[in-house]
Amino acid sequence: MSPLRGVFVVARLTLHEAARKRVLLAALLGGAAFVVLFGFGFRAILGDEETRGMRAMERRLLLSMITVAGLYAVNLLTVMTAVLLPVDTLSGEISSGVMQTVASKPLRRSAIVLGKWLAHAGVAVGYLLLLAGGVLGAAWLLGRNALPGVGAGLALMALEAVLLVSVSIAGGARLGTLTNGILAFALYGLAFVGGWIEQIGAFAGNEAAVRVGVVASLIMPCDAMWRLAAHHMQPALVRELQMSPFASASLPSPAMVGWAAGYALVALACGVRGFSRRAL
Amino acid sequence: MAEAVIETTGLRKRFGAKTAVEDLSLVVRRGEVFGFLGPNGAGKTTSLKMLLGLIAPTAGRGAVLGRPLGDVAARARLGFLPEHFRFHEWLTGRELLAVHGALLGLGGRALDRRIEALLARVDLVDAAARPLKGYSKGMLQRIGLAQALLAEPEVVFLDEPTSGLDPLGRLLVRDLIRELRAGGTTVFLNSHLLGEVEATCDRVVFVKQGRTVHEMRLGDDAGGLDVELRLGGADAATLEGLGRHGERLEILGAAGGEPGAAAAGDAPGAGAPGNGLRVRLRVDGEARLPDIAAWLVGRGARLYEMRAARKSLEAWFLEVMGADQRPG
Repeated sequence: MSPLRGVFVVARLTLHEAARKRVLLAALLGGAAFVVLFGFGFRAILGDEETRGMRAMERRLLLSMITVAGLYAVNLLTVMTAVLLPVDTLSGEISSGVMQTVASKPLRRSAIVLGKWLAHAGVAVGYLLLLAGGVLGAAWLLGRNALPGVGAGLALMALEAVLLVSVSIAGGARLGTLTNGILAFALYGLAFVGGWIEQIGAFAGNEAAVRVGVVASLIMPCDAMWRLAAHHMQPALVRELQMSPFASASLPSPAMVGWAAGYALVALACGVRGFSRRAL
Repeated sequence: MAEAVIETTGLRKRFGAKTAVEDLSLVVRRGEVFGFLGPNGAGKTTSLKMLLGLIAPTAGRGAVLGRPLGDVAARARLGFLPEHFRFHEWLTGRELLAVHGALLGLGGRALDRRIEALLARVDLVDAAARPLKGYSKGMLQRIGLAQALLAEPEVVFLDEPTSGLDPLGRLLVRDLIRELRAGGTTVFLNSHLLGEVEATCDRVVFVKQGRTVHEMRLGDDAGGLDVELRLGGADAATLEGLGRHGERLEILGAAGGEPGAAAAGDAPGAGAPGNGLRVRLRVDGEARLPDIAAWLVGRGARLYEMRAARKSLEAWFLEVMGADQRPG
């Protein structure tokens, strides 16, 4: 069997498994509930007398901020899915013994890791697009409100999801399920807190705090991807005047996108290497 | 002599400070059913995993089907049933075989036909559409056996294949192993159930503390026979001569008297009155028996009784492992 075919066979099996797993169903139900809730909230704000009394520009800025807030929640749900769904895909199958029969087949170990990565990255990105599509669709249908830079924003959010899938799979190649999950969320927490330190530092003009935030983004660049995505999807006026909680006082540089992509690739390579050497 | 399909020399595996396998050196030939025996913790499963490429050896070398251990292409010609067969429990039995077929690079109608034939062979046609989570331990073991045979492998590794099976299931596995042997498939059997091994294997290797310590053939005369004789008029020279027909001559004592082993030279019962002297001798096969009888009669000894018994594998196991072996 060719290595590429092996990757696709494992990816298909993983997708089959994800479809049968309750965690994906729970994520989808939770996501659907969120989109419905967002729609109701959006509609309530639209119907508010104060909103109706606003000038068109003010109204557009308000609705854009609410839509970005919706995407922020989508981002959080995607982060959870990207970490939790693949967290036991390797470690769980190793500890249960399932992996013995799979790895004794004529497959390269790398094909197993890449197949699982491909499937989970696909699921995470698909989940993101589904939920983000729901939020953006609700904003358009209910308020005829569209965000700018949606393509770039969603691409950055997708990169964040793929990055976390890569980290989660790489950890599972060497660590137990619980340790891997804790480590992945700890890295995400570090990036999240680092992002806020950077923002507060930028507002206060504290260079040291900004540097701490940048270092945190280098250690785990996922929050930087969200901040860049939010920046792209906000109207120019909001970006300039920093009128929204999602406006960035200290914007990650475009080089950070390359860093995040490289980070994902290196994490995946570490996962392949770690799993190839693992005693099963 | 058939070609070697598995060959290892000085294979070793260390996990940190612990040595799981010290020195695994063995040869398994095409078409034989090979038993791999040893107490718990002897390194049997680690050895088997090294042969399958699931664990990389720390030292030594080995080949399976002429390819280095872990070779991807060679694995297409191997089958494996792990000791505790596990798979995604949400799959049905038929889906499990289809997934494993895809992992083997198989597909199409040929795979469908193979799946149906194997389901029938392991008696799981009725349960094939049910999820594995509803299977009993024996059913899981049988579906695992079917997945091991999907690719019509040249070598099948079975790690405790009858654990969890009822007597009918064991009989099914025993028949399957015989069918595999008849079809020229090599079977590498790791089992604690010595009766199963005795009933199915051509040859066995004993492993102790990570080393191969003894190898023997099973079958008609394999391992030799213990011959017990009751003699009259046998002097010391006769007993000494008798000892040359085999090995480990033991004098058990006068028939009807207190048993007690003694060296052949002592010949305490030479010319023993009454029912004669009881002695025991290990010989290499049945063909020796008429020769021994003729030789004794020719020496003028009276042969009252001659009984030959094959030593059980369990007795061999206990002897090879020695008194220092504790339960694992």
